[in-house]
Amino acid sequence: MSNDNIVAESLIEYVTVMIGGQLFGLPISRVQDVFMPDRMTRVPLSEPEIAGVLNLRGRIVTAIDMRRRLGLPPRSDDKPTMAVGIELRGESYGLLIDTVGEVMKLGDATLEPNPVNLDGRLARVSAGVHRLDGQLMVILDVDSVLNASAEPLAA
Amino acid sequence: MDDLLREFLTETNESLDTVDVELVRFEQEPNNAKILDNVFRLVHTIKGTCGFLGLPRLEALAHAAETLMGKFRDGMPVTGDAVTLILSTIDRLKDVLNGLEQTEAEPAGDDKDLIGDLERMAVEGTVPSAAAPKAEPIAAKRTVGTLIDQTLERPLRPGEVSLDELERAFRETAVEVPAVAKKADAPKAEEKPKSAKAERKSFAGEDEEKPDSKVANQSIRVNVDTLESLMTMVSELVLTRNQLLEIARRHEDSEFKVPLQRLSNVTAELQEGVMKTRMQPIGNAWQKLPRIIRDLASELNKEIELEMHGADTELDRQVLDLIKDPLTHMVRNSADHGLETPEQRRAANKPEKGTIRLSAYHEGGHIIIEIADDGRGLNSARIKQKAIEQGLATEHEIEKMTEAQVHKFIFAPGFSTAAQVTNVSGRGVGMDVVRNNIDQIGGTIDVKSVPGEGSSFTIKIPLTLAIVSALIVEAGGDRFAIPQLAVIELVRAQSNSEHRIERIKDAPVLRLRNKLLPLIHLKKLLKMDGAAESGAENGFIVVTQVGNQTFGIVVDGVFHTEEIVVKPMSTKLRHIAMFSGNTILGDGSVIMIIDPNGIAQTVGSAGTRTEEAEVQQSAQLEKMVSLLVFRAGSQQPKAVPLSLVTRLEEIDCKKIELSNGRHLVQYRGQLMPLVRVSDEVRVRNEGAQPLLVFSDGGRSMGLVVDEIVDIVEDRLDIQVGSDAPGMLGSAVIKGQATEIIDIAHFLPLAFEDWFRRKEMKSDALTLSLLFVDDSAFFRNMLVPVLKAAGYDVTAVGAPQEALAIIKKGQRFDAIISDIEMPGMNGFELAEAIRADARAAHVPIIALSSITSPATIERGRQAGFHDFVAKFDRQGLIAALKETTVDFVEAA
Repeated sequence: MSNDNIVAESLIEYVTVMIGGQLFGLPISRVQDVFMPDRMTRVPLSEPEIAGVLNLRGRIVTAIDMRRRLGLPPRSDDKPTMAVGIELRGESYGLLIDTVGEVMKLGDATLEPNPVNLDGRLARVSAGVHRLDGQLMVILDVDSVLNASAEPLAA
Repeated sequence: MDDLLREFLTETNESLDTVDVELVRFEQEPNNAKILDNVFRLVHTIKGTCGFLGLPRLEALAHAAETLMGKFRDGMPVTGDAVTLILSTIDRLKDVLNGLEQTEAEPAGDDKDLIGDLERMAVEGTVPSAAAPKAEPIAAKRTVGTLIDQTLERPLRPGEVSLDELERAFRETAVEVPAVAKKADAPKAEEKPKSAKAERKSFAGEDEEKPDSKVANQSIRVNVDTLESLMTMVSELVLTRNQLLEIARRHEDSEFKVPLQRLSNVTAELQEGVMKTRMQPIGNAWQKLPRIIRDLASELNKEIELEMHGADTELDRQVLDLIKDPLTHMVRNSADHGLETPEQRRAANKPEKGTIRLSAYHEGGHIIIEIADDGRGLNSARIKQKAIEQGLATEHEIEKMTEAQVHKFIFAPGFSTAAQVTNVSGRGVGMDVVRNNIDQIGGTIDVKSVPGEGSSFTIKIPLTLAIVSALIVEAGGDRFAIPQLAVIELVRAQSNSEHRIERIKDAPVLRLRNKLLPLIHLKKLLKMDGAAESGAENGFIVVTQVGNQTFGIVVDGVFHTEEIVVKPMSTKLRHIAMFSGNTILGDGSVIMIIDPNGIAQTVGSAGTRTEEAEVQQSAQLEKMVSLLVFRAGSQQPKAVPLSLVTRLEEIDCKKIELSNGRHLVQYRGQLMPLVRVSDEVRVRNEGAQPLLVFSDGGRSMGLVVDEIVDIVEDRLDIQVGSDAPGMLGSAVIKGQATEIIDIAHFLPLAFEDWFRRKEMKSDALTLSLLFVDDSAFFRNMLVPVLKAAGYDVTAVGAPQEALAIIKKGQRFDAIISDIEMPGMNGFELAEAIRADARAAHVPIIALSSITSPATIERGRQAGFHDFVAKFDRQGLIAALKETTVDFVEAA
């Protein structure tokens, strides 16, 4: 029983998403909702990664194109884009991703730090990598995704 | 009982706030019986209610205060001491009420001291023979203030109330009987035997006063969160309604049509209603200030006048709450540190009474609040020293800073916490805190200060939470909202119509009522796709005004106006100066709200902009002039203020005729003489001849030039004067020495009688004018015009000079003054002139490049008769005629 508890505590639940063929995991505690972005309004003069703003049940959500954020090429297929809703300091953001996968409970056992040769743009938003069967899952550090892009501006 | 008590507390607290304000007013106007009646009635009501609720401490206090005020009504002179005493009684009442709120019982303690003072004051102030109450500590003697005790224990004394009245007071207060019902009550009360004559008087006053009295306003308190969620729900309702309407449109002959229409109307009204609940006049935040100032004035032995303008400017309740404390703090600062003592003021040749001016108004989608005083100004030297001590800047850096930059240090975190700064330099207690509070709501604060003349703080709050009416436009396929406040008019430009977009070099302009309007394409500004092909001469032009800048925003389409709720932008977008927020439209889509201020900055300064530029911007904008740069005769560029130019033309040289040695051209059905800037300019024989056309009173003149170069916005600072005819001098414009031409010189060359013909009757009556403008350029330009119009002109370059001349006793029939002048601005000059008995009735005309409604309103308050745009010579002459005619007739 006590063993179970220890194991349970070190388990973290992740919502997995696909962005440009790579599997990412977002801590479920940070995910507000998953929605299909509709009627997006682009914002002129904003950074390229800002896909636009949209109305989600009366709240204005800023949509961030994760492919552009990570320096990946735009999508070539015309499948619908999905978005993961995140709240940060009272503001709503939507991370645009390709598809949403399952929810996974993962422990420390499979966790590895970022490989040193990881692409810089990816490394900055990654909180580590999980070795899964057949593929690797990059843990998406939501705060870095939303904060770091402001750096070039401040400089 | 609980509900009753709560209601009593709420209402009494509100009443006491009103009493505060009214008493301060009363002290200034002791003969205003209406104010006194109002105060008296409020205190009386409080007393009555307390008696009913069994609150002896409050009742006794209110009673004593009422007795003293009763004496005022009977003619006792109102002294500052007496008012102070009543005010401190009210403070005591508030303390007791606080305790009551916390414990639901009156806190222990007695008020013999105050009551004793009040009664002594009442007795000493009256004529000895009058029936004055004995100085008897009522409250101390009485134990329980129940109703029966009160009537049975002792006979009523003058100023006290009978049981009937208490009941009446209760009915009126606790149940909130509307005014109509109360009217019925009053006669009934009068039928009964009355104890005090004074009381009866108050009834009459009550019935007159009631409709506009603040106490009569029934109000309930609602949590802001409740309103917020109500608002969200209404938005959802609007969306649903819109969807339904869309469905109904697809199904013709639907039986839903009529009820849907009704639903639609009701929803719209509901939306409007909910939005309104959040708006409150800023005056609510100012309510406590007169009292604070009054107390500070007596505490500091200063004479202070608090002026409040624009108290009815509405802003969002939440914003209002957040700025209340900073405002109070700043006004207190101004009184405490900004204003000098009467002795110091006398020594500085200022009126002993210092003035603090609070004003609020809307400007370009912002609310501007100004706190200005005419005190000593900030002590730059001390701030510099402190900044160095605190390591905010090095001595070297400070040396290079402008005054404005130095003044900004007072907002630096922790800058002012050290007490010695406050004592010596005079400013800055917690200005960093003030700034933080304002930052929190996304506002900005700025300070301007002139040593010896005063300082003014300007708080600019974006309408983050407020509701604005916006024009929905389209550019590059997207919709945008432009706040209606900034929009003057809409013009549709078409290549084949009178309104077509023309270009001078790359700068698009529009001719609009004899003025050239600089244009900016929204698509280009926002770097949107397809911006390159926006060369078409078609489009809708949103004529926009920000401060003194007017420009046209070219958009692809204009839809409608809509009331929008401004929502703050995400932090990731906040750096984009072109947008002030975003909003959800009725159809559910999100659109960006254009910030006209942001656009104005881009239009005004094409060059690089630094933070310093922004700081200085407001000052510079005032001096910015649109200039038309051209070449004529020599390679050196020449310039003329764009607003003087009526039109730019290119005339086919074949149309130029030579008659009597002068070049003429047929232009709009008239013969227009052509004038050359100098002899070196040749009138072309072939091709097209560029002309600057100047029109005035139906006549036009063409100035022959070689080439029109550009339109630039720049400071006009004539550095080298010129004796050459037709030249005012040289100025540096866009880095190049440029000759500024004097149009007044050329007009008579075209028509000898240009200035004279309209002013025939002026010989009969030569009026004398005083013309105040710090710019030599405008003096040079306007003095000949005014003289030609038959006025005897005295021109001075500074307001102080003007005042000195007036003080010497020289009389003028009219005064014309610039607004933006260093040292003392036009408003202050007007106020100073108004204060001078010799010149108080002389009409003053303001000459300003800023003619926004807010400025005009401020001008009116300062005492200006009329406002004329700076280059509008015809308007000036007309205004002069009008005002002087009135004046002469009146005199």
